[in-house]
Amino acid sequence: MIINHPLLGPRDAAEFTYLGDAKLIERPDWTSKTAASEFYEYQYLRDNPAGLHRELWFHEAGDRSWLVVTRDTTTHEITSVELARDVARSKGRSK
Amino acid sequence: MTQVNRLSGGQIDREKTLNFTFDGQTYLGHDGDTLASALLANGVRLMGRSFKYHRPRGVLTAGSEEPNALVELRSGAYQEPNTRATVAELFDGLEAKSQNHLGSLKYDLLAINDRFSNFLTAGFYYKTFMWPKAFWEKIYEPIIRRAAGLGSLSLLDDPDVYDKGFLHCDLLVVGSGPSGLMAALTAARSGGDVIIADEDFVLGGRLNSETFEVATQSGSDWATHAVAELASMPNVRVMARTTIIGAFDHGIFGAVERISDHQATPLDGKPRQILWRIYSKQSIVAAGAHERPIAFENNDRPGIMLASAMRSYANRWAVTADQTVVIFTNNTDGHRTANDLTAKGVSIAAVVDTRATAPTSDAFEVLAGAQIVDSKGRLGVTQAIVELADGSRRAIDCGAIGVSGGWNPNVHLTCHQRGRPTWRENIAAFVPASSLQNGMLVAGAAVGEFSTASAFRSGADQANVALQALGLKPQSVELPQTEDAPVSITPFWYVKSGTGRAWIDQQNDVTVKDIKLSHQEGFISVEHLKRYTTLGMATDQGKTSNMGGLAVMAEMTGKTIPETGTTIYRPPYTPTAIGVLAGRARGMDFHPTRLTPSHKWANEQGAVFVEVGNWMRAQWFPKAGETHWRESVDREVLATRSSVGVCDVTTLGKIDVQGADAADFLNKVYCNGFAKLAVGKTRYGLMLREDGIAMDDGTAGRLAEDHFVVTTTTANALGVYRHMEFAHQCLFPDMDVQLISTTEAWAQYAIAGPNSRNLLQKLVDDDVDISNDAFPFMACGKITVCGGLRARLFRISFSGELAYEIAVPAHYGDAMMRKIIEVGAEFDVVPYGTEALGVMRIEKGHAAGNELNGTTTAVNLGMGRMVSKKKDSIGSTLSERPGLNTADALVQVGIKPVDPKDPVPAGAHLMNADGPVDAANDQGYATSACYSPNLGHHIALGFLKDGANRKGERMRLVSPLTGIETNVEIVSAHFVDPEGDRLRA
Repeated sequence: MIINHPLLGPRDAAEFTYLGDAKLIERPDWTSKTAASEFYEYQYLRDNPAGLHRELWFHEAGDRSWLVVTRDTTTHEITSVELARDVARSKGRSK
Repeated sequence: MTQVNRLSGGQIDREKTLNFTFDGQTYLGHDGDTLASALLANGVRLMGRSFKYHRPRGVLTAGSEEPNALVELRSGAYQEPNTRATVAELFDGLEAKSQNHLGSLKYDLLAINDRFSNFLTAGFYYKTFMWPKAFWEKIYEPIIRRAAGLGSLSLLDDPDVYDKGFLHCDLLVVGSGPSGLMAALTAARSGGDVIIADEDFVLGGRLNSETFEVATQSGSDWATHAVAELASMPNVRVMARTTIIGAFDHGIFGAVERISDHQATPLDGKPRQILWRIYSKQSIVAAGAHERPIAFENNDRPGIMLASAMRSYANRWAVTADQTVVIFTNNTDGHRTANDLTAKGVSIAAVVDTRATAPTSDAFEVLAGAQIVDSKGRLGVTQAIVELADGSRRAIDCGAIGVSGGWNPNVHLTCHQRGRPTWRENIAAFVPASSLQNGMLVAGAAVGEFSTASAFRSGADQANVALQALGLKPQSVELPQTEDAPVSITPFWYVKSGTGRAWIDQQNDVTVKDIKLSHQEGFISVEHLKRYTTLGMATDQGKTSNMGGLAVMAEMTGKTIPETGTTIYRPPYTPTAIGVLAGRARGMDFHPTRLTPSHKWANEQGAVFVEVGNWMRAQWFPKAGETHWRESVDREVLATRSSVGVCDVTTLGKIDVQGADAADFLNKVYCNGFAKLAVGKTRYGLMLREDGIAMDDGTAGRLAEDHFVVTTTTANALGVYRHMEFAHQCLFPDMDVQLISTTEAWAQYAIAGPNSRNLLQKLVDDDVDISNDAFPFMACGKITVCGGLRARLFRISFSGELAYEIAVPAHYGDAMMRKIIEVGAEFDVVPYGTEALGVMRIEKGHAAGNELNGTTTAVNLGMGRMVSKKKDSIGSTLSERPGLNTADALVQVGIKPVDPKDPVPAGAHLMNADGPVDAANDQGYATSACYSPNLGHHIALGFLKDGANRKGERMRLVSPLTGIETNVEIVSAHFVDPEGDRLRA
């Protein structure tokens, strides 16, 4: 597969390692009253779409950036690649 | 010896005569022959025995779709089974053997299977071999194992060298027939970077097998000139002998180029084959079409082959299977073979045409509305039994039958990315889906354009579509004048009369009867048909048989062929040597080897090394006279604990963490606190996974307010770094912190033992104060050594002794080790390896990988209170789950044998002193074990339910599978220096 890195251009998927659903960015707030069940869902519950999937890839053999890749799991077509850091910030994550 | 079936003409070089052997017999052939064409030329029709029934078989085809003529090529370690004789280029000295017979090819003892065919129908193994039960292991299985498979392996290491390469292009053209050549020419003339690949050793596809003229030249001459033009262009790469084995994601193709297979021995310095990854922006599959047979009773005899193959043998290789031939056809193509063979002086005894409106001929008899219903001739066909339109029968003597049932576009590659072919009624065949993934285009016969003129047109058109997509200028091409005959076919799949077997899949011995049985048993979907009968599951993936099988099942179920559907072709297109997929990654080159900075020195000492991931680490350093590893390891442990030892710990992960938020960041990734760690101090840190399971442990040393050095275990160096970058970039993106892996940047040595400070004193520069007050236990700092060399010093101890770890820039590592040994001689410094390292940490009760085994928590490790409840860290919330905090949770303990002579093996389970030994009563298990030279007996660490409250308890340590049951006592995990006095000395 070819992943179009937003800064470096097209790279072979072999340069990356795959983590999983980009939902992992949305880590719950530990102070929440329902933190235990929120963390449980965060850790264990996943959609398993036959279709577009937003997922995390780590450019381990490159610039060591984490990327959010939107990929169709049935055709492997990749429709977008973003820096995970940008996605995290857009979801209000900070320190 | 004479080539009795040679004809005139052809594209072989009669000047070059080649010797080859088949089953020990020597024959002659010519340059340009394949093994199959040369065998036929010598009158050899019998080339193999079928898989299940051991029926005598010959070639069915002239290409890589061949199901029958599978031979073993070469001998010794080079021997390769299941090679198609139809694609094996003949070379002088070629040795080939037929396969799958007990005894000779002619007198195969296993041919008896054919007599039991009623018991060996499709799926017979689902209904047999079950009784008596004892017979399976001793009788049935060994027999099946011996009978299974085709061909044999030498079982010697593959001596060939294989390489891998990467190619990039604008356009990949798969296939060099008329459409492929035209597509490549069109695209190349616009300046695009083009790769054209063909599995054959001569490019041109069917142009080399047909007698049509192309712009007043022969087809093969036109092809030769086209290839020469392409080869002369700097933006074109022409790849012959190159099979495109698969279409993968995003326009990436796999290709195997055969560099040396057509030579007796590989050329000097050349690999046998190369695996290419081809990155293409656009692709055109011009893979042509495969002819399909018509099934009739006993249609599998040697000499019965596809009519188009007969034309290839006659026109390209100047060979006929026999001087008297019968043709069986349902379309005009069969007549083409009759005409071509007649022109070469072969006698056509009859053309049997299923169509009542078959064209007549002056040159041979045409039997319209007729069918071949049977054949005779066990080791080679001798007669065709024909049923005429009026129902009467005639036996026609012949030595070969050419069968033409129509053409199937070669859709294989278009299916790899899940393209599902669609039915085209006018050619009674499947063509690729009209819209394919990654913009793959299809041209020529592969998309149902069967005439030569339409193939040229199609190739040029598709090339222009590709050029458009590439943003290059489309070309207007003058197409050469050539035949443009329409397709005229009346579908006819199999002959219905007769009670015998008619073959559909010749390689897996699947007959029409088997398909009917599959239907009868309820396996009617095309996917079930395939798996139940094994139709299409042989090495040819059913290229000449899938269609026929579908047609029979469609008839059985009353559906149309398109309603029945197709299964999915998958890579590789043809069988591929495992060796070429491995490339150079074999033996010691399977993965990179990483050597520590002291490796050279350790090698000089005669160290024994162990693989730890990619690293080579010294395991122990045997001294002269020592014959057993325990002698060396015990000595290293005792010497270190009594004076001083040195160990290379460079392989442990080192991560530099810098920035204003470095301490806050560590607070997030470690379960214990780091915000208040003073500058100049180190702290043990435990990292949890988000689910509360321990992930890794190590230390973090604070060199400055905004600068930490984090260590990890060797195995998790990569994983922890990845995890920390994830935490930073994905969870806490605004934290002002930078991470960099420095594992390879610093050589790091542990210096441990009562004399470690004394040794170190001889290395550090005068201004460095390492007294116990100035540099207490868990101190750290930047220092200089050996007259100004920058270094980092950490007073941490894995062994439990007074110990330090000193780090210098890696390129000084070798010199540093030698210096340590030199100044340490005064204290009898002993180098110790990973075994002694392991013994000492077990004696001390330190957890390591065996304890952090992916199922254990901080509570299990006895570190429950280390998980701070005052801050958020990865894993902290889920670590509080009740299930992980039960009263009887496993807790780390020490285990010692009651009888000091007994070992206490890791992996064994703890059971109460009395009661049953079973999973329900399992109390825990031993994780790390060793012989302790300090205590004089074996010891182990392990996990025990409620272990903190069970010290002194007598238990049993058991391993029922390996017959171990030992009496043990639960003790503190800290066997040596439990108070930690030595650490703080």
